[in-house]
Amino acid sequence: MLEISHLRYDVTAEDGAELGILQDISLTIDDGKLVVITGPNGGGKTTLARSIMGLNQPTGGSIRWNGEDITNRSITDRARAGVSYGFQQPPRFKGMKVRDLIALAAGKETLSPAEGCQYLTQVGLCADDYIDREVDSSLSGGEVKRIEIATILARKAGLMIFDEPEAGIDLWSFAKLTETFERIHRQGDSTLLIISHQERIIQLADEILVIEKGKVAKHGPREEIFPQIMARTLPGCGYMKEGER
Amino acid sequence: MDKTEWKILREIAELEKTPQGAYNFRVNGALDDRQVTANIDIRSKEDKPGIDIIVKPGTKGESVHIPVVLSMSGLTDVVYNDFYIGEDADVDIVAGCGIHNTGCETSQHDGIHVFHIGKNARVRYVERHYGEGPGTGENILNPRTEVHLEEGASMTMEMTQIRGVDSTVRDTVVEVEAGGECIINEKLMTDGKQVAESNMEIILKGPGATGRVISRSVGRGESVQVFRPCMTGKADCFGHVQCDSILMDEAKIKSIPAIDAQDVDAQLIHEAAIGRIAGDQILKLMTLGLTEEEAEEKILEGFLN
Repeated sequence: MLEISHLRYDVTAEDGAELGILQDISLTIDDGKLVVITGPNGGGKTTLARSIMGLNQPTGGSIRWNGEDITNRSITDRARAGVSYGFQQPPRFKGMKVRDLIALAAGKETLSPAEGCQYLTQVGLCADDYIDREVDSSLSGGEVKRIEIATILARKAGLMIFDEPEAGIDLWSFAKLTETFERIHRQGDSTLLIISHQERIIQLADEILVIEKGKVAKHGPREEIFPQIMARTLPGCGYMKEGER
Repeated sequence: MDKTEWKILREIAELEKTPQGAYNFRVNGALDDRQVTANIDIRSKEDKPGIDIIVKPGTKGESVHIPVVLSMSGLTDVVYNDFYIGEDADVDIVAGCGIHNTGCETSQHDGIHVFHIGKNARVRYVERHYGEGPGTGENILNPRTEVHLEEGASMTMEMTQIRGVDSTVRDTVVEVEAGGECIINEKLMTDGKQVAESNMEIILKGPGATGRVISRSVGRGESVQVFRPCMTGKADCFGHVQCDSILMDEAKIKSIPAIDAQDVDAQLIHEAAIGRIAGDQILKLMTLGLTEEEAEEKILEGFLN
């Protein structure tokens, strides 16, 4: 179970003002759930996800995973405790092969072709074409993103956090990806936290969490929250309203 | 050879026992063991230290190992090796020098290699330099490699120096005739107070000649590295120089790639970059469960592999 209690992340602006990127976020996510985090840009979704992984150190509140307080634990310790995070903009590694990166993720010295194939196929990449390529600038943004997701699949962690996994990915790979999320969810071994704005992904969710202006705007079952989001999409926009006049 | 010398041999040539094919082991400035084959002859020079390696035209799929081991502190070994590779041959050459220095005196090996590569022949050349030992004496390696590639000939050179060499000045000169190809992969890591200098001159002389230099280095501790790769195009040719370095601690790296076009159809490119390990690379590997130190090592290992 993931329990977040009164989580804050403040940064100081150039003029000295305190900006509350996350303001008093509290929520509980049960094991095996698929939760989609959505909400407007700049609302704090990525900061929340990075705080769970330890990439941002919160300025207040606590994070508990499987009953253990991980708020002040290092990234490495959190990873070893079963937290994983797929970067929105993954880094590239000159010289490091796809095979090496996935082997590291799987916690293995080397990766058999069958294992490599298993993870890459799930993100719509052909292992034969990619396993020995370097994770460098010769790969496109979408390819790097899919390899990033493959590393999370290879980790088989108890908590999988994906930060806009669909960004930069073509339609065909996206279909494959939603199938993969669906399958992991069905197997029930991992809790999935997916930041996404895609209806196809939102439709997979048990719960939807809407983060807005650093706060939990809504959190509840998909059946309850999804219609509310859809109803707000157009009428909520001031410019759209202006255009109607 | 004793256990220490075999260990060095493993480091520089990945050899557990005497290899198949032709070989010449030089230990502490003298011949230790040699084997020739029907197609590859090795002869000691009479006027100066060193050997001539003669590969018959058309020789395919054979290899020559010519490692040098220095396990006696205070030895200065200069050796002249000339390679004559016949037309249409296709061979692997594994060279390299390892020093085990237990004393306080300087151990030095200067290998001067000259390659004459015949028409349409292909050579893969691997050279590893390595130093170790509990002594305080310096390990110095100053290799000079000259390559003459005739029409259509090609040579791929893997030159690696990862640890234990206190001072090195490496000079490499390659001349490529029409349709020939030269690929140089250089990997270098220095640490402590080590200094390394690598000067390369690749001259693309004939039409269709190709030259590629990929140099990757890591500077740690207070070490200093200087790179001066120069690619000259004298015909309708293609040359590419790429130097990438990772800088750590208090190390200093100077990279001065040059391209010199002397023909209107010469296409020459150079790229050079020096920087520290990107923070998000370390963070990514930490999210996979590695410590910061393990992440750094993996990034360097990938970069230099």
